[in-house]
This record gives sequence, C-alpha cells and structure tokens, in this order.
Amino acid sequence: MAQVKGKKAGFGAVLWDYLTTVDHKKIAIIYLVAGGFFFALGGIEAMLIRAQLAVPNNDFLSAGLFNEVITMHGTTMIFLAAMPLLFAFMNAVVPLQIGARDVAFPFLNSLGVWLFVFGGIFLNLSWFLGGAPDAGWTSYASLSIASPGHGIDFYAVGLQIAGAGTLISGINFVTTIITMRAPGMTYMRMPLFTWTTLVAAILIVFAFPPLTIGVFLLMFDRMFGSNFFIVEAGGNTIIWEHLFWIFGHPEVYVLILPAFGIFSEIFSTFSRKRLFGYSAMVFATVLIGFFGFMVWAHHMFTVGLGPTANAIFALATMAIAVPTGIKIFNWIATIWGGSIEFTTPMLYALAFIPSFVMGGVTGIMQAAAPADYQYHDSYFIVAHFHYVIVGGVVFALLAGLHFYWPIITGTMLSEKLGKIEMVIFFIGFHCTFLIQHWLGLWGMPRRVFTYLDGQGYNTANMISSIGAALMAIAVIILLINIIKTLVKNEKVGTDPWGDGRTLEWSLPIPTPYYNFANTPLIRGIDALALEKEEGDGTIPAAGPVEAIHMPNNSFIPFMISFGLFVAGFGALYFASGKPWAIDAVANLPEKPWALYVLIAGLAITFISMGVRSWKDDLGYYIPKEELEADLRELEARERGAK
Amino acid sequence: MAEIRYDVPNEQWPVHPEKATLEGRNKFVGFWTFLAGETVLFASLFATYLALKDQVPSQEHLVAADLYHLELAFVMTMFLLTSSLTSVFAVYHMRNNNFGKMQLWLGITVLLGAGFLALEIYEFVEYVKLGHTFRSSAFGSAFYFLIGTHGFHVIVGLIWITLLIIRNANRGLSVYTAAKVNTASLYWHFIDVVWVFIFTIVYLLGVL
Ligand code: HEM
Ligand SMILES: [Cu+2]
Repeated sequence: MAQVKGKKAGFGAVLWDYLTTVDHKKIAIIYLVAGGFFFALGGIEAMLIRAQLAVPNNDFLSAGLFNEVITMHGTTMIFLAAMPLLFAFMNAVVPLQIGARDVAFPFLNSLGVWLFVFGGIFLNLSWFLGGAPDAGWTSYASLSIASPGHGIDFYAVGLQIAGAGTLISGINFVTTIITMRAPGMTYMRMPLFTWTTLVAAILIVFAFPPLTIGVFLLMFDRMFGSNFFIVEAGGNTIIWEHLFWIFGHPEVYVLILPAFGIFSEIFSTFSRKRLFGYSAMVFATVLIGFFGFMVWAHHMFTVGLGPTANAIFALATMAIAVPTGIKIFNWIATIWGGSIEFTTPMLYALAFIPSFVMGGVTGIMQAAAPADYQYHDSYFIVAHFHYVIVGGVVFALLAGLHFYWPIITGTMLSEKLGKIEMVIFFIGFHCTFLIQHWLGLWGMPRRVFTYLDGQGYNTANMISSIGAALMAIAVIILLINIIKTLVKNEKVGTDPWGDGRTLEWSLPIPTPYYNFANTPLIRGIDALALEKEEGDGTIPAAGPVEAIHMPNNSFIPFMISFGLFVAGFGALYFASGKPWAIDAVANLPEKPWALYVLIAGLAITFISMGVRSWKDDLGYYIPKEELEADLRELEARERGAK
Repeated sequence: MAEIRYDVPNEQWPVHPEKATLEGRNKFVGFWTFLAGETVLFASLFATYLALKDQVPSQEHLVAADLYHLELAFVMTMFLLTSSLTSVFAVYHMRNNNFGKMQLWLGITVLLGAGFLALEIYEFVEYVKLGHTFRSSAFGSAFYFLIGTHGFHVIVGLIWITLLIIRNANRGLSVYTAAKVNTASLYWHFIDVVWVFIFTIVYLLGVL
C-alpha cells in the first residue's frame, strides 16, 4: 500500500497511480495538466478570433465558424481552464495550509477531477462531431434554441458533466476547511488563500445548481420536446437569462476570490510583512461573496425589467466596489514599508493592482443602468471583463504557478525567463484590451465576425491583435521555462523562497504522501513566520507521532465519470431525428443505437456507484515505525544540507 | 478513525455514533453542504414553475385550477410526512444500538415512500389522460419538471435506503454503518421538506 520510495516506477504504473489516486497533491497535478491543456486550447481560439478581427472584411474565419470559436473560447476559458487551474492550487495548497492530511473526501476529490476532464473532452469533441456550440458562452435561449445540429447539446451535456464535478469539489472544500483544520488553526488564523477558497467553494455550492437547472431546461427543450423557452407554447426565454446570471455573476467571484487569495499570500510573502488588515480582508471576502448573489440582473439592464429593478440592481452592483476597494487598499498598505523582493510572482501581483482597478472602474461605469444601454453588447464589455478576468484571474494563475511550483513539483522555475514572460504578458495584455474600451465606445459590437473598412476601427483592431500575439509569446516562454525546469529537475529544499510565512512552506519538499508526520500545532496567523520570529523556525507538534489513517486508491471515480461521458453521447444522439425534438435536431438522421449507448453509460456509472457503496472501504494505517524512520531520514538530510 | 466494530456492547456505543469518527463528521458537514446546494436547485425549479404557471398555448388547455385535487395531494403529504417520522424512529434506534428495530423502521419508511410514489404516478397518469403533459405547454413542462425532480429524489431515496437495509443486514451496526444510515435519513427529511413547499406553492396556490 505504502509508496515505493526511491525506485523508478514504470510508465504504466505511474499512469495507473494517477488514474486511481485520491491524494490531493496528485489530483492537483491532474487539474494543472488538464487545465493547462484547455488553457492552451482556449488560447489558440483567442488567437483565431484576433486573427479574424485584425483587418476589416476578413474572411479568415467564416461567420458561422467565428461564432463557434468565440463560444468555445469563452466556455473553455471559464469552465475548463480558469476554474480547474484554481482547483489545482486549492488542492495543492489548502490542505497543507490548514495542517490537514488530505481533503475531507479524497474519493470525491478524484471524482470531481475526472468529471471535469470527461466533461471538457465531451464539450471539445463537438469540433469533430458536426460542429461546436455557437450561441456564445452565455448561450441565451432565444439564440440557442434555434441553433442547428448538436453543437448546443454538446455545450449542455458537457457543462452538466463538468459542472457536477465542480459542485462536488466545492462541497469537498467547504467540508475540508470546516472540519480538517489542525489544532490551533482557528477561522481567524486561516491564511487568506484558505479563506477565499472557503468563500468561493460556498459560492459554487449555491451558484451551480441554478446553472444545472437552466441547462436541463435547455436540454429538455432541444432534445425532449418540452416548452420552457418555446414562446408559442407559453414559454419564456428570459428564464434562461435569469438562471444563467444567477449562476454567472457568482461564478466571476468564484474565479476572482481565490485569485485575491493567491495575491494576498504573495504580497505578504515578498513584502516580508504580515498582511495589512487581516480581519478587514476576511470581512471583505465574505461580503463580496454575499453581495455576489444580489447583482445578477446587471447583465440584463437592457432586457426591460423596468426602472425599479434596474435601479436596485445598479445600487447593489455599485456596493460591491466597497469591499473590493477595502482589499485594494489593504494590499497597498501591505507593500507599504515592506522589504520588497521583486520575484516573478510579486511582479504579477504588483501589475495586478492597477490592471484590476481599471476593470473595476469600468464595472462601476456599467453598473449605472442608463449608461449601460450605451456599453451593453459592445466591445466595452469585452474590455471590462478581460481586465478583471485576465488582469485579475489569469495574472493570479501565472503568479501562483511560479509561486507554488516548488510545492507541486519540487523544482523552481527560472526567475529570469519568468520575468521576461511577465513583462511581455503585461504589455501584451494592456495592448490587447485597453484599446477595446474605445472600440466599444465608437460603436463596435461584440460577437460580430467582421467589420467594414472606413469606420475607424482598423488601427485599433490591429493593435489589439498585436497585443494578443504578445500574450501568446509570453505563454510560449512559460512553456519553455516549464520544460527546461522539468528536464533539469534540480530539486529544492524546504521553504525555497526563503520567506514562506504559512504552514505549507514548513513542509519538506517533496511533501510526504501523508503531508504531516506529526499533527501541527498552530499558534497564530502566519504560523511559520511566527515560529521563525519567536521560535526555532519549526512548527510545534500537537502530539506524539501516531499511526496515520489513509484512504485507499480507487479506480471507481474514473469509471463513474467515464459512464456519464458515454451516457452523454447516448442522450445526445438519442434525440437525433426524433419528432418531438426541436426542428434543428429533429431534422438530423435518426440514430437507433443511441438508446443502447445511453443505457450502457448509465449502467457503468450506477454499477460503479453500487460497488462503491456496497463494499466497506476502511482505508489503511501507516505504522508509527515508518513515520519515525521518515522523520529520521529527513533530519539526516537536513543535517547534510547544513 | 475509531476501529470498525460491529456488535459494540451497549455501554460503549457512542451517543452520536454517526459522528463518532472523523469520516462520520465529514459526511455530516459535507451532506449538509450538499443539501444547501439542493435547496438552491429546488428554488430554481420553483421560480421556473411560478414563472410558467398557467402559461398554455390555447384557451382549451387545462390550467392549474382545473387540474389539481387537494384531497390527493393531502393524502400524498400524509404518506411522506409519516415516512419522515418513521425515519426518525430508525435513527433513534440506531443511536440506541438497536439494529433490528432500526432496520424495521427503515423498512416501514421505504413502504410509505413507495406509497407516495404510487399515488404520484397515479396523478401523472390522470393528468396525461386529460391532455396535460410534459410536451403540451410550458406550464406542463414546468409542472412535470418540478414535481418530477422531487419524485426522482424520492426514487433515489427509496433505492438508497433499500440498498442500505440489504447491505447492512449481515453487517449490523457500527460507527461506519451508522454514518451511512444517518446520511440517508437526512436526505429523506430534505425530500419531505421540499414536498411541504410543493404542497403549498404548487397545490394550495394552484387551486386558489
Ligand atoms: C467592481 C466590480 C464589478 C462591477 C461593478 C461589474 C459590473 C459589470 C456589469 C454591470 C456588467 C454587465 C455589462 C453589460 O453586459 O452591459 C459586467 C459584465 C461582466 N463582468 Fe463585471 N463587474 C465587476 C467585476 C467583475 C469581475 C471581478 C469579474 C470576473 C472576474 C467580472 C466579469 C464580468 C464578465 C465576464 C462580464 C460579461 C459577461 C458577458 O456578457 O459575457 N466582472 N460587469
Ligand atoms: Cu456580473
């Protein structure tokens, strides 16, 4: 059961290990690799968009293909890149930050990652199976109901599978942070990344179910003959918009809050100071999470909900700027007077402040409902959300990748290449999106595949496309950096940045599979920094070394997810050619085998679930002797290093 | 994790066997979190239903006031409420380490739940005969999706509890199985609470 140490395992064994793992550290790597893959895919789609828009009257992409590319770009980036990559860091870091041996539900953790992987693959297979979805990442029903072919169905089923995984992971992190904290790790001593993960996970729990329902309505209408959005039969397409944005707005906070958390850690680490205003930061995080649910209709100002509704949602939206502002000032105050170290993560963090503030300011502009009639559906909106999502979330992902790379892989990315990458990315980002504010104000609509010559859009679009190319170059530099570092494979030791403040930096690298040989005792905020200042720099133990209970690996999560993946195809093709389906689907040739695929897929899933609940899975114990031997070896290694 | 022991002597049986292990506590918190998500799921369904209530394509199509029978809905409510009570009895006996009685009350819970389900199917069949179907109108879609999702939860709950009864038959009670039974009963209560809302928002408001 216990890991074979020091021996090189074969490729098959490693693969099997990852397919069955329930270890949060390995699941983090799966999230990182799969999320990174989808990030590259979404990036390629972005390049296609910018290539098409670089010059007027371009026919590089056809109108229909353009719609598919923008839809898949948005959907991929939000659901399959940004969120999974954040989950990668949550998995890699949060259990270590709170002194836990693993997450609360290791089995569900594995189920969550495989559902995401299979959902993502499902969604992207649409490219090869008759065309991708083409109604935008928001997939408004009035548009998506009429979309021909199965594209939208791939969107619906794929999101349903991936979304289930996200919900499961959300529940898992809520539970983990509530129940698995080490002795002394009170709520008000939790590092900010843990706090933001907790609030983001709660948002997931409350925000994903409305999406699930909305997507079900869409699936039923398109494939099973219901009438939720069919106006002739009494349906109402605005229901989709509400459900989507009740999910959609909290979703943007699901993305940005963990990003805030990562930056908070980076600021205090590389300013070598405690985070300024810790409790205000926690309070602001919770408040943002709370407000996040009361502003969804700011995406629907032009729908016609009426002046009262618009006014209420406008005010609520503007109110969110207050806790966000609190955070900005606290970060600045953290840097203020600190002894700053300009590492790559810190450079990203410093660049984040002005970039994100610009996105926040345009957000407030849009929150003024009458003004939003001017901005809505123009490039101004595109500029706004890329300033917050790229300037906030993607900066945080890149910063986090450099920052936490040693914890995840045991090596250190090149700082030189990292800084080059950061500078190019930063310039490319502003070059791409700053000018889009003006494009929007000049009247260029979003989601239109080309524009005419002589409208004054040419130069600005070209600038924007050049910026996009710069960002692509930066990502390629990052890839080169990663490959070089992995090939060199120079291992680093504990606390590789030298300034680690929180518990995760106190652990040996590579982290043992049981994380903490001794349950740690937490004496205050920034546990490691505290021990460095007041003690001998090591975290005290809460008790003597004892045998550790561990969960067994399992292949069942993979099978459950695979079953749903198969069933998804069955459900999707089952509707082809059926008279009750929407015209766009009913016109397709009938697929008699689809029903059997559906049944087979569900059978795989349910049998796997049955096996899981039927067998007692009691896990195993790591004997005390093994832990003590590990500790001795570690001590010897450290003495050797000195 | 405490050792898994079946046939624990009564004096060693914990007051809250379902929360005696770390796994049990995790399950408890995790499942409540899941139910929070389920609450929003049903809230979305209720909102959809209210938005589409009585939205039908033509004058001939039946609407809520023509269809609903409070008597039937009331009997269904009684079945489900009673089954919630019997599941409380089951958990009570679980806490007292009385395996046989726990199994018995779980069995009664399943029977009552099945009775509820039978009545629901009867109701659906009647409506379909009257032309009120999933595909006949937006109202129909919303009605069947809301009630059907609840019904689906009932089916899942029935299968779940039945499987628990069977799988534990030879095992007996331990802190491991107690956590499983407790989780299932939480789920069953949740389904029951949702039904109370269905009764008021769908049926009571429907006939008014
Ligand atoms: C001060 C905070 C913010 C305010 C006041 C704000 C306000 C708004 C408003 C009013 C819109 C709708 C504009 C329209 O469509 O006419 C909007 C769109 C959007 N915002 Fe924000 N926002 C804020 C922060 C954020 C953050 C932090 C994110 C993401 C991390 C974000 C992501 C988005 C996205 C993705 C859209 C466009 C969705 C679409 O139509 O495709 N916003 N924002
Ligand atoms: Cu919003």
